[in-house]
Amino acid sequence: MRSLSFAAAIEDALVQAMAADQRVVVFGEDVAGLRMNLYARFGEARVRPAPISESAFLGAAVGAAMAGLRPVVEIMLVDFIPVAADALVNQAAKLAAFSGGRWQAPLVVRATCGGGYGDGGQHEQALWAWLAHIPGLAVVVPASPDDAGGLLLGALAHDGPVVYLEHKLLAEDWLDYLGSGGRTNLSYDIPPDGARGPVPDTWEPVPLGASRMRREGDDLTIAGVGVAVHRALAAAERLATERGAEAAVLDLRSVQPLDREAVATAVRRSGRLLVVDEDYRDFGLSGELAATVLEAGIPALFARVCVEDTIPFDRRREERALPNVERILDAATRLLET
Amino acid sequence: MRPDLLRLYRMMLTSRRLEEEIARLWHEGLISGEMHLGIGEEGIVAGVLDHLGDGDAVAADHRSTPPMVMRGVDLAAIVAECLGAVGGLGRGLGGHMHLDSKEHLAASSGIVGSSGPLACGFALAHQQLRPDRVAVAFFGEGAMNQGMLLESLNLAGCWRLPVVFVCKDNGMAITTPSGRVTSGNLPDRVRGFGLPAVELDGADVETVWQAAAEAILRARRGGGPGYLHASCVRPEGHFLGDPLQRIVRHPVAELKDKIGPLTRAVTSTAGAGVTGRASSLAGITGMLGRAAAMRGRDPVARLRGRLRVDAGELEAVEREVEAAVRKAVAAALESLAEVPA
Repeated sequence: MRSLSFAAAIEDALVQAMAADQRVVVFGEDVAGLRMNLYARFGEARVRPAPISESAFLGAAVGAAMAGLRPVVEIMLVDFIPVAADALVNQAAKLAAFSGGRWQAPLVVRATCGGGYGDGGQHEQALWAWLAHIPGLAVVVPASPDDAGGLLLGALAHDGPVVYLEHKLLAEDWLDYLGSGGRTNLSYDIPPDGARGPVPDTWEPVPLGASRMRREGDDLTIAGVGVAVHRALAAAERLATERGAEAAVLDLRSVQPLDREAVATAVRRSGRLLVVDEDYRDFGLSGELAATVLEAGIPALFARVCVEDTIPFDRRREERALPNVERILDAATRLLET
Repeated sequence: MRPDLLRLYRMMLTSRRLEEEIARLWHEGLISGEMHLGIGEEGIVAGVLDHLGDGDAVAADHRSTPPMVMRGVDLAAIVAECLGAVGGLGRGLGGHMHLDSKEHLAASSGIVGSSGPLACGFALAHQQLRPDRVAVAFFGEGAMNQGMLLESLNLAGCWRLPVVFVCKDNGMAITTPSGRVTSGNLPDRVRGFGLPAVELDGADVETVWQAAAEAILRARRGGGPGYLHASCVRPEGHFLGDPLQRIVRHPVAELKDKIGPLTRAVTSTAGAGVTGRASSLAGITGMLGRAAAMRGRDPVARLRGRLRVDAGELEAVEREVEAAVRKAVAAALESLAEVPA
């Protein structure tokens, strides 16, 4: 077992995949600098800097995937995917259906997501539910270095398009690039277990749609992805010490496909579901999980802690807008007292 | 027609000094996230905006402080927005990439290329509501590869919209040398859309002013859109803390953690051949070389050297600018102390 940072784990797994399979290529804006090691080792034929033309190069990735490559396309921030939405929403996602299942576009779209470093509402969105809404698109959100590498290989092994989202509070390279810019006088609430941790010596793919129980507990089920998992874990520890209540924390890892069975099993046991989601509240993951429980016929109490509006730039207001431990504790307490 | 150089100098110096103060606040950790400054672009922005009046519109990019300053937007409200203070243009909710002033019909965005469609929309409204008014779009040469901007050039051309497109070319698309990701010549590309395109030295505000006068007048008279392509040098790179600029300035400290992995990458077995790897390394050093060359051609210093005014008058202007900037920063910091609801 080695210990790697979240960012290093992604690169390590990607190197393993690129060394093993010539079809895996990387392209996107600034990759010669951002992925300097990949660029130096695999050359420009496989690591290609792209112009600021998201709709063209993401669209080209769909074609390249249809014609036999396995592109890993970097879109920098998930907020920029809307610029190139057609390639994913209308092309890649629908190919399998339109071809009667005969043709697939196996590409991985790598993008950062999430806030907590004061970059404003056009650079800190989650948008995973917005993407997962489209049939044919898979969306994964790793919360720790081992899952970061494993899910990248899982995404590369997937038959169709996968959006792979790296949270900027976990990926140190991106937090430096977009947040601190080399400054040392700023502080961020970085989950330590998410930003660095043990990883296998040789990577194995994590299958898409398999959740991971991060903490056991019978009184309440808390579900989420990414940094929200760590906020939930911190809240669960306080619930245990302050109230003697045991909360299970379910890391969904993948928004689409969604591990509905694991959610149902956990909520059947606890009777209480609290969704912690850094994505927007309305028409999103939290509502989908509520529907999952209702459709399974499970009588349960439900609450959610989500982002409710455009994320404020001002860090004081940003902190209140993002799911934080206090908000989770408030919602959990209300559920436990009902 | 000749510009009032002292007025241009005041506009440019105000923007420069305000952005230097914003940079200081960013380095002190009072401004979070990214910070894209327009330092080095002042000659282009002033040369164009000096021709605008009430009712004219500006679609800025993510370097919107210079255009906001030069359209007369309140300086304290600009700095306060950068700080995330309630006294900011957007009450601290938007941040520096989203400086907007409805009163000035001036808006900005962090999405590269989006100023093109926005300016077309402003101009469309002008045609119906404010005949003889124009819209200006600012963007970088990197944005010239963005579909929505290219589509806007066509839209403005075929609808004869009163838009002046202004490309500020610093030769770097984020941190990639633009020549590596741009096919063909950009002014020629624009001529292909049927728009007149003028190439300019953006460090020379007088030249920009003359070319802008013509393009804006033509647009006002219903002659359709125009395009100005002005070169510039941005010493801070893409944003404060630009990784290439950091390496150029502090090579030992910045490279110490990068050299080991890079050496291992180059010498690992599976991968490209020797030629491919050598070519990549050349590409990396080329990027750093471009970043290191981002010096000089300062439009503010150049204009100051050309002013033919007596020392007392110049000193008075500089003193006034300094006082206005300091007052704005103090007011913005005071607003930051106010706790938002």
